[in-house]
Amino acid sequence: MDIRLDGITHAYDDFEVLRDISLDIASGQIVCIVGPSGCGKSTLLRFIGGLERPNAGRVLQIGAPPPDSLNPLTYIFQDFALLPWRTVAGNISLVLEDHGIRNAAAQEIIADVLARTKLSDFSGALPKQLSGGMKQRVAIARALAVRPAVMLMDEPLSALDAQTRELLMDDLVDLWTRQPFTAVYVTHNLAEAVRLGHKVVVLSRRPGQIREIVSIDTPLGERAFGDAELDRHQKHLWQLMRDEARAADAELIHG
Amino acid sequence: MADTTTSQGAAHSDSRAVAFRGGGFAPRPRRWVGALVFVVLILVAEWGTRAGWISALTLPKPTDVLETFRELYESGMLFRHLGPSLSRLVVGAAIGASIGISVGVLIGLFSYIRSGLVPLVAAIFPIPKIALLPLFVIWFGIGEGSKYALIAFGTFTPTVVATYGAVDNVDRTLIRMGQSFGLSWWSIVRKIVLPGAMPGILSGLRISLAIAIILLVAAEMLGAEYGIGAYILEAGSLYDLERLFAGVVILSLLGVTVSTVIGAIERRLLNWRS
Ligand SMILES: Nc1ncnc2c1ncn2[C@@H]1O[C@H](COP(=O)(O)OP(=O)(O)OP(=O)(O)O)[C@@H](O)[C@H]1O
Ligand SMILES: [Mg+2]
Repeated sequence: MDIRLDGITHAYDDFEVLRDISLDIASGQIVCIVGPSGCGKSTLLRFIGGLERPNAGRVLQIGAPPPDSLNPLTYIFQDFALLPWRTVAGNISLVLEDHGIRNAAAQEIIADVLARTKLSDFSGALPKQLSGGMKQRVAIARALAVRPAVMLMDEPLSALDAQTRELLMDDLVDLWTRQPFTAVYVTHNLAEAVRLGHKVVVLSRRPGQIREIVSIDTPLGERAFGDAELDRHQKHLWQLMRDEARAADAELIHG
Repeated sequence: MADTTTSQGAAHSDSRAVAFRGGGFAPRPRRWVGALVFVVLILVAEWGTRAGWISALTLPKPTDVLETFRELYESGMLFRHLGPSLSRLVVGAAIGASIGISVGVLIGLFSYIRSGLVPLVAAIFPIPKIALLPLFVIWFGIGEGSKYALIAFGTFTPTVVATYGAVDNVDRTLIRMGQSFGLSWWSIVRKIVLPGAMPGILSGLRISLAIAIILLVAAEMLGAEYGIGAYILEAGSLYDLERLFAGVVILSLLGVTVSTVIGAIERRLLNWRS
């Protein structure tokens, strides 16, 4: 299943946030969206997942989602959004219960996704007992449990420290290499974008418009730390972002 | 040479430990302190009444109160009073709290219900419910009905206010998460909103149930033969301070019991809180 954004424009009252965004998200690809703070990245992601409606433009699903997908468009949130009163296994079973998957069937799925996120030993733990990195892995496990066609990730690693972030990026690359998934990955961290993105979409300052789409051809599994090609991409992205950030600052000064 | 030891021990002649200024603001249960406060107060009262610097008209002697209490227990009257009171308390508070929680959740979830009922609740909250007792007697009869109604009404308002406040405070990102996974409305309410509001609802119940005990006495002012309230009022009208205090002690014990039970429920239900 592909996703197509067709001329998305949105304003909150008179406050224009996004202007004419058109974008294709191909199946099996990770599309990273970067842009200055407040340019409408999270808003765009809410449109893609159907949590909010844009004033103009459409979000289209092209092709049917895989028949076994329980929740085709699935979010992973920056602040994990785990229910603190449920155990790790309980948090995953939460999203299965409404699909009538219980008991043995649920246990099987839970065991599988916990194994894939290396959490098998923690199925009985409460969120308060877990580190930030582990909480986000639980959230990833929960997302995998509903077999999404597209994962919508809003700065999923921003609440974590640098080392944990590196480890989790490796985990995501592993997961993708074993079974490619489609994802829209919002971040303001360019290192994450060049590490995980097949395409990196650079948005301008508010109102967010697409400034440039950078394709990175190096396969995900081969993107090593300090790769010259990736560095070049990252420098280029930084150049674009810096211009936008400067212009945004200047706008503030001149009102 | 004397110098070397100091320089090793304290590194520098004018060094000192950084003053500690953290800590506090995190009360922890200290088991026996609560009981100790009671014991000290009672001992002071006993000492004062015996020594005479508290006159017998000011305060009864704690041992006399204990004696009255023992008589009450041995004559079997304790349970004849306690039984009806407990059933009034349980029935009244259960009705009031369950309607209160339901209405509170509805106010927390629906704009029209909120706009319609919040002013109404604000209007009835400050009414002393005791003042309405005659009205309840007309509506529900002089029997148990009016007593249940008074206690239920008194528990209802604080429960509603606590509940919708608690629902308002449920983390919206968790609700957004539930929606993004396609959970049904009812699942979100049952599995996210209610557990998330539980801490606030329980602390509201502490207050509501204390109010229920206060209203129990008021409810038994009219047409109750048995009941702790009836017992206290009778003793009060006769200026029988020993019996008055015996009754008051029962009410206090009831309050402590309720609070302990809620504490136990909180520990069981809210062990997920960090
Ligand atoms: N529900 C809303 N009502 C009004 N304004 C909103 C709403 N949601 C977002 N905005 C505004 O729209 C703009 C874009 O918000 P959005 O959260 O999408 O930005 P973002 O790119 O995700 O920013 P950040 O990098 O800080 O996460 C912001 O200026 C924000 O204040
Ligand atoms: Mg954002």
